[in-house]
Amino acid sequence: MRLFSPIEWAKESVMAVQDYSLLAWRSLTNLFRHPRYWADILQQADLIGVGSLPIVVLTGFFTGAVLALQSANSLARFGALSFTGQLVSLSMVRELGPVLTGLMVAGRNASGMASELGSMKVTEQIDAMRALGTDPSKKLVTPRVVSSVVMLFFLTIISDLVGLAGGSMVSTLMLRLDLNQYWTSAWQSLAFEDVFMGLIKPVFFGFIIATIGCHYGLRAKGGTQGVGRATTQAVVAASVIILVVNFFITRFLMAFFPMQ
Amino acid sequence: MTTSLASPQPGTLPEPPRKTVVFEDVSIAYDNRPVLDGVSFTLERGETKALFGVAGSGKTVILKLALGLIKPDSGRIFVLGTEVSATRERNLFEVRRKIGMVFQESALFDSLTVEGNVGFRLFEEHCPIEEIHERVVEALRFVELEHTVDLFPAELSGGMRRRVAIARAIITKPEVLLYDSPTGGLDPVTSTTIIELLVKQRDVYKTSALLVTHRLQDAFTMADHRFDRELNRMVPVTGGAASNLHTRFLVLRDAKKIFEGTAAELVASNDEYIKEYLS
Ligand SMILES: Nc1ncnc2c1ncn2[C@@H]1O[C@H](COP(=O)(O)OP(=O)(O)OP(=O)(O)O)[C@@H](O)[C@H]1O
Ligand SMILES: [Mg+2]
Repeated sequence: MRLFSPIEWAKESVMAVQDYSLLAWRSLTNLFRHPRYWADILQQADLIGVGSLPIVVLTGFFTGAVLALQSANSLARFGALSFTGQLVSLSMVRELGPVLTGLMVAGRNASGMASELGSMKVTEQIDAMRALGTDPSKKLVTPRVVSSVVMLFFLTIISDLVGLAGGSMVSTLMLRLDLNQYWTSAWQSLAFEDVFMGLIKPVFFGFIIATIGCHYGLRAKGGTQGVGRATTQAVVAASVIILVVNFFITRFLMAFFPMQ
Repeated sequence: MTTSLASPQPGTLPEPPRKTVVFEDVSIAYDNRPVLDGVSFTLERGETKALFGVAGSGKTVILKLALGLIKPDSGRIFVLGTEVSATRERNLFEVRRKIGMVFQESALFDSLTVEGNVGFRLFEEHCPIEEIHERVVEALRFVELEHTVDLFPAELSGGMRRRVAIARAIITKPEVLLYDSPTGGLDPVTSTTIIELLVKQRDVYKTSALLVTHRLQDAFTMADHRFDRELNRMVPVTGGAASNLHTRFLVLRDAKKIFEGTAAELVASNDEYIKEYLS
């Protein structure tokens, strides 16, 4: 066994970050270069979008439902039960919709990308592709990035809506609130900046999911075990980075749109 | 077609570079252990160079260096006039399209059918579907596997995969072919079929090739056979010297090139290691 060397470790970390930055940058610049892989984009979009729909709907629905339960519980103490709709919609749209959808899709697709590209890497299929004159960053990475970003955007909208519906079901069926009042308060409380914040986040999260998934996949080494490791690392890294970036986006946008 | 000499002839057509692959003092090390140490050689147009060396002597590394898949620590590598060792990845795809590579483990795309694999380059170039299909079947006929078009690599045997990989490498008629142990781990009959393919490729299409192999016999077969178009198979060369056939040998040992020359020169070598290798 080799001894742990902090210098070696630091060197490797710097290399990894540099690799990642390059990959992320290339995935974007490829958009402006030929060839573009529409078929691969559509295939990935189907895989990410349609494939993730069930879990996104389920998480969205129950998150909205539990939000209604929890907020009603707190609001009742202040006699402000009628604000339930508003609380559910603000939390869903600004935070929980994008973040939970991002985490779910990270778990599902960052791992999928890392294991698929990782297997290709360790069986030399990536080298074979380069040898055949095709740029893997164009053929494999960019389509995944594009479809992740686009699909996560729409999945987040669906998650928000389903969450609101879940909240409304709890509010009317269990809390005996007025359905109309719920939706009016949910709807009217949303300002431009809430929606803007809620829709800009999935763009970043989708980018993180795809680039991190591809990055770990393309760096996989050491056979099937290496692929397994890459897969786990991709999910962990993507999830953590999503949460961290979420904080900074929120902070930045709050500074940009100060409270009225 | 077997009369021209391997050495450059003055007064030939003003062809593009006569030298297809040039290694100049190339060195590369992994984990501080030299794998190649100052290796130089030249692959002439139309020549097949057989690379020998024990397992782990850096043969695969040479092929990957030639493709620019990895970069040397020092030295320069030219392929078809491009200095691949100093070219950025993004600009290498152009030259790689003129090179065919057969990987040691075939490296077929396992989620594509045989047609998708063999026609990969054509699909990338957006050729019409019918034309792709035709050319794929033609390339597969070359390796006698036209019935496998719709199968997936997992449904093929190792030897069939190797031949599909050869079909994928030759379909666009590249100027340079890199074969990594195309007969490794195969039975003698299949090996002979594959060597016959390489001879055909060499004599019919005049491709330059680097051939990595563990079986000396393969390279000697290549050196003393030629492809007969009428009979559609290879036949032994009678009369003239075997070295007329553009097949040369290169032996690696301990990260260095210890021999380069024709079959006759190899057999006549006095080097102890080569004598042992040949026996
Ligand atoms: N990516 C790599 N990382 C570390 N070491 C490597 C790598 N690639 C090759 N090597 C080392 O380089 C040496 C040469 O490897 P190479 O694959 O070229 O051998 P080879 O001559 O093709 O052997 P074989 O006949 O078994 O195919 C080996 O000792 C191997 O350990
Ligand atoms: Mg090898």
